[in-house]
Amino acid sequence: MSSLDSQSPNMRSASSHKGLHALLAGLSGVDQVGAEARAAALGTRSIKKESKVWAIDTAISMVDLTTLEGADTVGKVTAMCSKALHPDPTNPSTPSVAAVCVYGDLVPAAREVVGDRIHVAAVATAFPSGRASLGVKLLDTREAVAAGADEIDMVIDRGAFLAGNFGKVFEEIVAIKEACGDAHLKVILETGELKTLDNVRKASWLAMKAGADFIKTSTGKVAPAATLPVTLVMLEAVRDYYTQTNVRIGVKAAGGIKTSKDAIKYLVVVNETVGDAWLTPDLFRFGASTLLNDLLQQRQKMLSGHYSGPDYVTID
Amino acid sequence: MTFQYAPAPESTAIVNINSSNDLFINGEFTPGHGNPFKTINPATEEVLAEIAHANEEDVNAAVMAARKAYDKTWSKMSGRDRGKYLFRIARLIQERSRELAVLETLDNGKPIRESRDVDVPIAAAHFFYHAGWADKLEFAGYGDNPRPLGVVAQVIPWNFPLLMLAWKIAPALATGNTVVLKPAETTSLTALLFAEICQQADLPPGVVNIITGAGETGRMLVAHPDVNKVAFTGSTAVGQAIQRQIAGTHKRLTLELGGKAANIVFDDAPIDQAVEGIVNGIFFNQGHVCCAGSRLLLQESIAEQTIDSLKRRLVTLRLGDPLDKNTDIGAINSREQLDRIIDLTKSGEDEGAQRWSPDCVIPQKGFWFAPTVFTNVTQAHRIAREEIFGPVLSVLTFRTPDEAIEKANNTPYGLSAGIWTEKGSRILAMANKVRAGVVWANTFNRFDPTSPFGGYKESGFGREGGVQGLGAYLTSEETS
Repeated sequence: MSSLDSQSPNMRSASSHKGLHALLAGLSGVDQVGAEARAAALGTRSIKKESKVWAIDTAISMVDLTTLEGADTVGKVTAMCSKALHPDPTNPSTPSVAAVCVYGDLVPAAREVVGDRIHVAAVATAFPSGRASLGVKLLDTREAVAAGADEIDMVIDRGAFLAGNFGKVFEEIVAIKEACGDAHLKVILETGELKTLDNVRKASWLAMKAGADFIKTSTGKVAPAATLPVTLVMLEAVRDYYTQTNVRIGVKAAGGIKTSKDAIKYLVVVNETVGDAWLTPDLFRFGASTLLNDLLQQRQKMLSGHYSGPDYVTID
Repeated sequence: MTFQYAPAPESTAIVNINSSNDLFINGEFTPGHGNPFKTINPATEEVLAEIAHANEEDVNAAVMAARKAYDKTWSKMSGRDRGKYLFRIARLIQERSRELAVLETLDNGKPIRESRDVDVPIAAAHFFYHAGWADKLEFAGYGDNPRPLGVVAQVIPWNFPLLMLAWKIAPALATGNTVVLKPAETTSLTALLFAEICQQADLPPGVVNIITGAGETGRMLVAHPDVNKVAFTGSTAVGQAIQRQIAGTHKRLTLELGGKAANIVFDDAPIDQAVEGIVNGIFFNQGHVCCAGSRLLLQESIAEQTIDSLKRRLVTLRLGDPLDKNTDIGAINSREQLDRIIDLTKSGEDEGAQRWSPDCVIPQKGFWFAPTVFTNVTQAHRIAREEIFGPVLSVLTFRTPDEAIEKANNTPYGLSAGIWTEKGSRILAMANKVRAGVVWANTFNRFDPTSPFGGYKESGFGREGGVQGLGAYLTSEETS
C-alpha cells in the first residue's frame, strides 16, 4: 500500500493537474512592497480599553498552545495541558486556549489531561521537513488520529512546490485529508521557505483546493515564521476562496508571535481583511508558546490596573 | 461579538495655541495691521485662534526684512553654515513632531495618522535633504558658481500646510535665498509654530518671514517689486492670475497647480495592492491632494471585479474624529470646499454617473463628506474633467493600452499618474507616453525629498525636490 500511495501522485501529477496549474498561474500577483505597506498600516491601529480587553480574551481563546521539542516528555505535555485548560489559575474568568499542539506520540498524554474540553492537535507528515514518503506520512497521520488527535497539522512538500510539482503537493494533501477522517486538517505552508508572497498566495489556493480546513503559516522551525504580510496574503486568499465557494477556511499564524501587541495586530488584520466572521477560534488561531504568558500579563494589567510580573503567570 | 475599536484620541495637551497670533517678520512676532481673522477646527467648527491679517504695510516690512537678511547675512554665509541651520530646523521638527502633528490635525482636519506618519516626517526629511545640499551646490549641475535669486515670495495651500511649507522653504534656504511665506488663510497655525522653531534654531532674523492673511495678502506679496521669485502651490485659477500679474517683470516663477490624475489598472495588476493604491490615491487626506488619483481607469476585463473589491475595502474606512488614531477619513477643510465637492458630485449624478458610498455615520458638527465612487463615468462628464479636490473617485474603463493613454492624457492637467501591472515592460512603455510630471508604478501618493515633483500643462511648471528642484532657486548669473 505504502509504495503505491507514495508513487502514484508523482506519476499522475504532470498530466492530470493541468487545471490546477492553470488556476495557480491565473492568480493575481502580489506586490510585495504594497502588501508590506498595507500590513504595516494596519499595524498602526490603536486598540485600547474595552476593545483591548476583548482582543486579549479573543487571542487567548485562539491559541494553540504548543510544544514541539525533541525533549518533550509526558510530564512536560501534561503540565502544558493543565495550563491550556486554566491559563490563569488566579482568575477563572480567563478563557481556555483553543487547543494544545504536540507531536503524535504525545497525543494520548495530552488527551488524558484535556479530555474533550479543548482540541488536541498533532503535527504529522514527517514534521517539520516533510521529507518522507507518502506512506510514512499517512501512517503518521492515522496514528495521531487513532491516538485521539482531532486536529492534524501537516506540512506540505516544499521541495515539490518549489520544483513546480504542484500536483504532488495537491495529491498529498488530498490523501492526508482522507486519512484524517473527522479530524480537522491544518496545512502548513512553511512560508519562510516559499519566500515570495506570490508563492504564499499560490500555496494557499493549492491547499484550500485540496481540502485544507485551515492554512497555516509555519512550523516554527524555520525563520522567518509568521509575519503580518504573509498572514495578510493568506487571509486575502481565504477571503477570495470564500467569495467563490461560500466555504470559510481558517488561518493559523504560527511562530514568532510573542507579544500581545503583535497578536492584536493580527486580529486587526483579520478584522479588516476577512471581517469579524473569522474572529473565532474556529477560523483563526495562533500557534504559540510564549505568547500566552504575555497575553495573561496584559489581561491581569487591564483588569487590575497594574502590571504584575513574570512570577505571577505560570511557566509552561 | 464584533471587534469594535474603542476611541483612541491623541491628546491635545501637548499643543499650546495662542488665542491671538501675530505675523513673523524679521525674527520677531509683530502685530499685523489688517483686521484679524479666525481659524477654526473643521471637524468641530470651534474657533481655534485669531490670526493677524497682513496688509500692505506688513507685506512691505516682511519683504524689506527678507531683503536685508539676504544682503547682510544669508547670501554671504557659507553653504556649510546655512546647512547647519537647516539641520537644526530638521531636528527641531522631529523633536516637536507630536506637537506639529496635533496642531496640523486640529487646524486642517486631516487624520492624526496622516499628519503623524506622513506630513511631519516628510517635512523634516525635506529639511534634512536640503541641508545636505547647502554646501554642495556647485556640484548640482547649475554651473560652478550657482547663485541664489534673492527674496522669494511663497504662497502655499491648505491641504498639506506644514509639508508644503517645507517643500518651499527648505530648498530656498539651502540655496541662499530668503523667504516671505504666506500660508493659506484656513491653515496658518503650523506655519506660525514653524516660525517659533526658526527662533529656537537661532535662524538669523529676516531669513524666514511668515505673513498670514487671505488672497489679497498673497496678491500684494507676489506683486511686491522687491521680490525676485514667486513660488506658488494651489489652484490653477490662482496660478494663472499670478502668472498674469507678474508677466513682464524680472520675477522667476514656479507653479504647482491642480490635477486630475489617471490611476490606470491593467488586468495583470496585483489587484489587492492596486485596490490599496486606489484608496490611497483618492481618499488619502480626504482627496485634498493635487496629485490625487481622481480618475480610475480600469481595464474592462477586470472592471467589475475590481470595483467590487474596492467597495468591500471602502466599507472598512473609518470616518470621524481626526484626532482618533484609527481615523482614516478626516474632515473637509472648509465649508467652501465642502460646497464645491457637493456641487460637483451633484453634477455627476445629473450627468448620469452612478454614485456609491459606504454606510458611514457623518458627525453632526464640522465639514464632512463620505468617500464616494462614481461608476459609468465618461470623459464627457464634469467629474472626469474638473478637479474635485475631495474624496470622490470617478471610474472609467479602457480596452487597450493605447486607449488608456489617450484617456489618461485627455485632460488639461498633467501632474501625476499611476500604472498598475506586473509587467515591467508595460510600466516603462506607459510611463513614457503618459504626460504627467510624476508617474507611480504599482504605488501611489508616495513622496520623497530626493524625487522631483511637478506638473505638465495646466498643472504648472518647475520642479520641487531632488536635484531638479534646486534649479528653481538658483541662477548661474551674477546677481546684484
